[in-house]
Amino acid sequence: MKKYLRTACVALCALALTGCAAGSPAEGTADSAEATEEAEAQTLTVEDMDYYTRFRGQDISINVYNWGEYISTGADEGTLNVNAEFTRLTGIKVNYTNYATNEELYAKLKGGGANYDVIIPSDYMISKMIKEDMLQPLDMDNIPNFKYIMPTFVDPAYDPENAYSVPYTWGTVGIIYNTSMIDIPREDIDWDILWNPDYADQILMFDNPRDAFAIAEIMMGYSLNTEDPVELSAAANKLKEQKSVVQAYVMDEIFDKMAANDAWLAPYYAGDALTILEDNEDLDFAVPKSGTNLFVDAMCIPAGAKQKEAAEMYINFMCEPDIAYANIDYICYSTPHSAAYEMLDEETRNNPVSYPGDEYLDENTTIFVNLSDEANLQMQTLWTEMKSAEADSPNRWIVPVFLLLCLALIVFTLIRRHVKKKKDIY
Amino acid sequence: MKTLSKIYMALVLMFLYVPIFVLIVFSFNETKSRSVFSGFTLEWYAKLFRNEVIISSLVNTIIIAVTASIAATVLGTLAAIGINSMRKFPKAVVMNITNMPIVNPEIVTGVSLMLLFVFFAARMNLEFGFVTLVIAHITFDVPYVILNVMPKFRQMDPNLFEAAQDLGCGPFTALRKVILPEIMPGVVSGFLMSFTFSLDDFVISYFTSGSTSQTLPITIYSMTRRKISPEINALSTMIFVVVVIVLVVKNLIETRQERILRANGGDEQ
Repeated sequence: MKKYLRTACVALCALALTGCAAGSPAEGTADSAEATEEAEAQTLTVEDMDYYTRFRGQDISINVYNWGEYISTGADEGTLNVNAEFTRLTGIKVNYTNYATNEELYAKLKGGGANYDVIIPSDYMISKMIKEDMLQPLDMDNIPNFKYIMPTFVDPAYDPENAYSVPYTWGTVGIIYNTSMIDIPREDIDWDILWNPDYADQILMFDNPRDAFAIAEIMMGYSLNTEDPVELSAAANKLKEQKSVVQAYVMDEIFDKMAANDAWLAPYYAGDALTILEDNEDLDFAVPKSGTNLFVDAMCIPAGAKQKEAAEMYINFMCEPDIAYANIDYICYSTPHSAAYEMLDEETRNNPVSYPGDEYLDENTTIFVNLSDEANLQMQTLWTEMKSAEADSPNRWIVPVFLLLCLALIVFTLIRRHVKKKKDIY
Repeated sequence: MKTLSKIYMALVLMFLYVPIFVLIVFSFNETKSRSVFSGFTLEWYAKLFRNEVIISSLVNTIIIAVTASIAATVLGTLAAIGINSMRKFPKAVVMNITNMPIVNPEIVTGVSLMLLFVFFAARMNLEFGFVTLVIAHITFDVPYVILNVMPKFRQMDPNLFEAAQDLGCGPFTALRKVILPEIMPGVVSGFLMSFTFSLDDFVISYFTSGSTSQTLPITIYSMTRRKISPEINALSTMIFVVVVIVLVVKNLIETRQERILRANGGDEQ
């Protein structure tokens, strides 16, 4: 008995220790990081101190819901811990939680119960939320730093009057390719290369319908936001043609497959492509000239938010040049913030992967807006059909075979039990 | 035959430990790559301790797991004591009811808890976060405690309680001094089991977490849009090392006690 108590104690102590070990150095390093930051030139300067200090001492907290790995946390030495800086400046506590998909964010908001003050959905989700009255109009008087937003990103298609959102990051979709295997100059790479039978089984493709359909739609000259059933089925047929040359439909496995030379071609988001390019010097990224999708993630305030003014202050804080720079430096996506853009080093600013130029953005890119429920449903159905329409797929057999096995097992046990019973009787 | 069994054993161990080994190796990798090992570094460990998002969700997870498993152990043990003194039929019924959450798919439990909390959230100003997470974790922990404690009652001499009372114990003292020590191994293993279940639960936490508090599994999942950072490898490595140390210490203590017990037994004979 004592033995168990002691093991329990040991276990608890060990846990407490890990808890402490995890907790205290973190605080320690956070403090020292702040100290070094103050010593270095990394100190945060804000324009209007009075604006930020007005909620001090009121014990306010805001709930921020953001993508994972989508804010500067100060984990890299010498960078800012954005949320901690905000609390230090304004006295407002930040409860920071993360989601992985727009749909997850939507479900949390629709589900009720959870209460958020700042959320960062993508373009099409913003237009969907506006349509469903899930967002509050922003008071731009409280967000003076909106002036830094580049004109290209003001009044976007998903929020035509720019009443609900302040852009946070953006990026384009392009093609990552292995230069040692594909000897074509970057300018000549276009979407049709993903259909090229010469590269059969070396091509990766998006595993989500919206992005995959967009590629087919660009090639066929349709709008990326088309809701026309005929155009959608035509795009689905185009994707079906591609299927024989595609090695796999994947999302973030692209990182490893491309880095390890397991595939030569893959469409992906520009910001993440830069991370992949770092791992393998044979790789390059092309933004096809025939056009592409431009995606924007923007900060919004949901309809149920309890601390609207503090939330607007947070959004304004995220648009402070120093903060916007720290974030974009961490995330590696492109920034819509003019001052943060100026602070980037020259190499990044001239990198066509991240910044293909205003002319290209205006002429050749389209932002997703929300599709009608019917169009969404049709796209989803066509996508599932396209992916499952394979004659020799073993998947079709798995379910019936599994059921048969279960049935056989049940029959077997019943018979055995029966036989055993008979034996017991005699 | 002997070599064959050794190979088989090695295969089994490999299946169990190669993934963990790979994870540990890549926690020391210089780049973010998950396929190419390019050089040794401790940078991810340093970054991990500076990453407030990961650390705070780890602390959250531990606090929630400890609170929920302690509460569940108390509740479950009391329930087991009650169930034990029931008559046969009601006992069977109650046991089936308590086993239900174990058999029930987690996602059903998660969604139904979420719906329940939403219902109360609107009426009682309940906010999704720490409180809902702890309640949800207690809910799925309790059956495991009951399941661990009940067998101890079956092993126990049913007359012990009356014997204790005959010898002058009050009912409460008898419970404390006689019954509890008898069932203690079950209580402890119930506690440890519910603690581990709380620690790594994803599905139920996913539906019941809210704007103020989130657990480590959810934080890790939210990284999948970008790329899961090697900081997580570093964290997993540390958790693995701690677990191994706890297990080794536990085994050492147990063997030592067994040796002492055997030595004492020898003396008596």
